[in-house]
Amino acid sequence: MTVAIIDYGSGNLHSAQKAFERAVREAGMNRAVRVTSRPEDVLAAEHVVLPGVGAFADCRRGLDAVPGMVEALTEAVQKQGKPFLGICVGAQLLATRGLEYEVVSGLGWIPGDVAPIKPNDPGLKIPHMGWNTLDVKRPHPVLDAIPTGRDGLHAYFVHSYQIYADNPGDVAATADYGGPVTAIVARANIVGVQFHPEKSQTLGLALIANFLKWRP
Amino acid sequence: MLKARVIPCLDVKDGRVVKGVNFVNLRDAGDPVESAVAYDKAGADELCFLDITASHEDRGILLDVVRRTAEVCFMPLTVGGGVRATDDIRNLLLAGADKASINSAAVADREFVRHAAEKFGSQCVVVAIDAKRVSGAGASARWEIFTHGGRRPTGIDAVAYAREVTALGAGEILLTSMDRDGSKIGFDLELTRAIADAVPIPVIASGGVGNLDHLVDGVKVGHASAVLAASIFHFGEYTIREAKTRMAQAGIPVRMD
Repeated sequence: MTVAIIDYGSGNLHSAQKAFERAVREAGMNRAVRVTSRPEDVLAAEHVVLPGVGAFADCRRGLDAVPGMVEALTEAVQKQGKPFLGICVGAQLLATRGLEYEVVSGLGWIPGDVAPIKPNDPGLKIPHMGWNTLDVKRPHPVLDAIPTGRDGLHAYFVHSYQIYADNPGDVAATADYGGPVTAIVARANIVGVQFHPEKSQTLGLALIANFLKWRP
Repeated sequence: MLKARVIPCLDVKDGRVVKGVNFVNLRDAGDPVESAVAYDKAGADELCFLDITASHEDRGILLDVVRRTAEVCFMPLTVGGGVRATDDIRNLLLAGADKASINSAAVADREFVRHAAEKFGSQCVVVAIDAKRVSGAGASARWEIFTHGGRRPTGIDAVAYAREVTALGAGEILLTSMDRDGSKIGFDLELTRAIADAVPIPVIASGGVGNLDHLVDGVKVGHASAVLAASIFHFGEYTIREAKTRMAQAGIPVRMD
């Protein structure tokens, strides 16, 4: 019973690993958390996590540079239906394409583009950086028992680009930043969060624990 | 809605907090990790470590502090001091920092900001600006970048520099007024506002906080996205919660999780 956190040269893997280990411990679960760049670990894992920090194109190239990883992800997530969590750019990579600096293909599991955030208030700063609440568009098991909405818990965001999903039904939650910004995308066994659960204290640890309990 | 951030800053030298954090229940006031945990529990929105270690050889000690902090604190961590090369940033990020703050290295070579942003993304590149007022009384306000702890003038206009590093890919500016640092009479609000209004990226106001109204002013008058303070929190004069309550009373959205 393992959780595979994919190491492809992007992302704050140390923080992600520690947050997952903490969530496992607090939930009294028996799970090994493994940071790995081996496709066979992904195929053997029960849960798969794709972190990601930086630019879309850079992350895509990094993922492609790990031999057999995209194929293993496709097999494990698309064919075997393992629960999958993408974090930040790891969530953005789920889209059809990214438009940051250059047009680059994503995994295409959640149809849509990754393009700049365009707040309707030009005075708002970019990146969208800091703590924001979540507005649920569609209830999802990873949000179980997590207070959301205006008076809910906060998630830590830091991004200049966001996922514009073709199908509004794929958006499970948004954050308000001069209009709705995509916070969580979800489809079947796949979920992607734009914020950083590993840096979001209470909400983050609760969401990670929910993900590990999830049996889609 | 996005909340204004309150960021305590710890000066770290040779792996120890320099001024100490005077919290109740802290076994070792000089341990940065223990202080970080206390601030995490107290509801700080981010944490900033400033490494003031003199020698480059002691870098490993700081990285160990960052690593141990990231193991127990699930909140964003910015680390500055001695960041001179992309390898310094990489090492900090691998240890668990979320953002690296670049100061004099960016003054010496602006291209460093571009390289850092291209390599790691703008979201983790903070440019720290230490500015001092150079205009005389009656003249229109002007600030210059100073290095070496505020001793060495550079002749570089602070507002123009802020615009420049933003264009090069900085994701955030940590702005310290060298006139106000340690003064406890409040931020240089005119400076804060001049920079915050000049750039599209978030600005953290720093230098001079002596009471909670100063934090309010930093956001309301200075237009800062975040406020940073050290001594008012370390010495137990105010808690993070008190700071946020005061800000909320003044109509500033804050996180009370």
